[in-house]
Amino acid sequence: MADEYILELDNVSKFFGTVIALQGVTLRLKRGEVHCLLGDNGAGKSTLIKTLAGVHQPSSGEYRVEGQAVRFGSPREALDRGIATVYQDLALVPLMSVARNFFAGREPRRKLFGVIPVIDMNYANETAREKLAEMGIFVRDAGQAVGTMSGGERQCLAIARAIHFGAKVLILDEPTAALGVKQSCNVLKLIHKARERGISVIFITHNVHHAYPIADSFTLLNRGQSMGTFAKSDISKEEVLDMMAGGTEIQSLVDELEGRAA
Amino acid sequence: MSAINESVTQMIQSQRAQAPQATKPSDERVRKVSPWRILLERPELGSIAGTVLVFVFFGFTAGGSGMFALDGVINWAQVAGYLGILAVGACLLMIAGEFDLSMGSMIGFSGVLVAIPPMYLGWPLWAAVIFSFVASMALGWLNGYLVVRTKLPSFIVTLAFMFILRGLTLVLSTGFANSTIVSGVGDKFTSDPVISALFSGTTMHWLFTALAGMNLIDKLPSGDPVVGGIPKVLLWWAAMAIVAGFVLARTRFGNWIYMVGGDSNAAKNVGVPVRRVKISLFVLTAFCACLFGVLQVADVGSAAADRGLQKEFEAIIAVVIGGTLLTGGFGSVIGACFGALIFGVVQIGISYTNIDSDWYRVFLGGMLLLAVLFNHYIRSRAASNK
Repeated sequence: MADEYILELDNVSKFFGTVIALQGVTLRLKRGEVHCLLGDNGAGKSTLIKTLAGVHQPSSGEYRVEGQAVRFGSPREALDRGIATVYQDLALVPLMSVARNFFAGREPRRKLFGVIPVIDMNYANETAREKLAEMGIFVRDAGQAVGTMSGGERQCLAIARAIHFGAKVLILDEPTAALGVKQSCNVLKLIHKARERGISVIFITHNVHHAYPIADSFTLLNRGQSMGTFAKSDISKEEVLDMMAGGTEIQSLVDELEGRAA
Repeated sequence: MSAINESVTQMIQSQRAQAPQATKPSDERVRKVSPWRILLERPELGSIAGTVLVFVFFGFTAGGSGMFALDGVINWAQVAGYLGILAVGACLLMIAGEFDLSMGSMIGFSGVLVAIPPMYLGWPLWAAVIFSFVASMALGWLNGYLVVRTKLPSFIVTLAFMFILRGLTLVLSTGFANSTIVSGVGDKFTSDPVISALFSGTTMHWLFTALAGMNLIDKLPSGDPVVGGIPKVLLWWAAMAIVAGFVLARTRFGNWIYMVGGDSNAAKNVGVPVRRVKISLFVLTAFCACLFGVLQVADVGSAAADRGLQKEFEAIIAVVIGGTLLTGGFGSVIGACFGALIFGVVQIGISYTNIDSDWYRVFLGGMLLLAVLFNHYIRSRAASNK
């Protein structure tokens, strides 16, 4: 049953000249699941999501969306298939208002005097406020500059925007990386809400403590290769940590600091 | 004892339960913001304050000199109008994060393109005017294309065109007219009704005649009003400012301009055609410079190789005084227009006072510095959480 998976990467490799960025990676995203992509720096996470987002094309292997083999020429094509990527820079302009950012590039329009197309600012303000409220973010005024929002709120704005414009798959690139504890928690809640709406989420992080509570399954990357996909029921937090190589290294650091160095 | 304890605990608990409810109806995170602060966050505030300041200053130093009589007003308004046309184009381009340093040279170049064909090649004037607009806008397109293609700073690319166009203007005028001035084109304007209606002289004479008839404005000894009408340049300025301001504030393209200047990578990621936006704004600045050139040739009756010298800087100064960020993403057309107005008032006003007019540039430089500091302060407040 091919339709069980909304996205599939089958044995995908990506080379940049002599560099092997990805080697035979297989990743399957089920409908409505939160799939965590874990890996240390340089593991190939960025290359993998850029491949999913249509920025890169796989050098070999197959990329399937809803069972159908695809080859995206640009991020726009991926977006048209409902695959939305929220990068770390969030694609927000701090000096512009919340509503203008929310609808950037897809401004709602109405005809002034029946002829001149203008942005429907009332609709934009109301919709932006409404959609953010659904996600648990209460903006005081959709006309306020994004620069006045906190990092967590901005992250949520970017996610809410992707959902509003019909994302079926959300790819979140380290959404909690620069956030405090409470703000990270809000973002995790938002991911949960997205899942409740039937949206599939790929959540990239190197923080197991953020990943473990929310994820349904995990894929671990190490040096361009997949170390396998695990359902949450099959693996404990400690095992995930260990597999990221972080666990043992930190343990040996602890040993060393405590004077038990081998 | 325990009963008292219990009731105290209950009281505290009920207070705790009530406390959030008291503020519940309005969002507890909403803070009352004074209208003053909202005003403070508008980009044009600095230039409006500056305009008031300049008017007060000249009101005291040149109040009785005729500067604020009708002919005086038309005098400085015309200077502001010319610069205002440039500032409108430069403003949109700067909000999109780019400069056009070739605007001043483009004024001279487009003027020569208007004057030479009818004088030396036998073209009708209207054809030369159209040719000048098309050629200027094509050069504007080339400027924009080179900037987005090479990803070089527009500062360098348009600096090159500033010299290329100034040089070409000199080559053309000395080549054809054997002089740096191409004269005699004024007659061509008077004999072309459409072109002169668009660009030459003044309009709304009936209004001024009527006002003079009612003794509301001063008359010359002949009985004609001191001012024959509103210069066309002011109408062009108003039209350009209204259209540009509307596009920027209300349309999708306006949103794209802000987006491109604010963060061009973000703009690209949300599907804004960054290159197209930038190139079309370079075409706009070239159009504005050409309009300036044509209006000036119609007014003076000749084209000259040194026309529009340093106008690119004056336009940029007007835009910056108007509250637009040098780095893009923030600004307003209204502000730029006030910036241009300050220019006109200072440049003309200083000759009505006892102050040596050599101080004009000192004054402008100081104004620019003040405006930049002020705007920097405002912006850091607008974008902060405070």
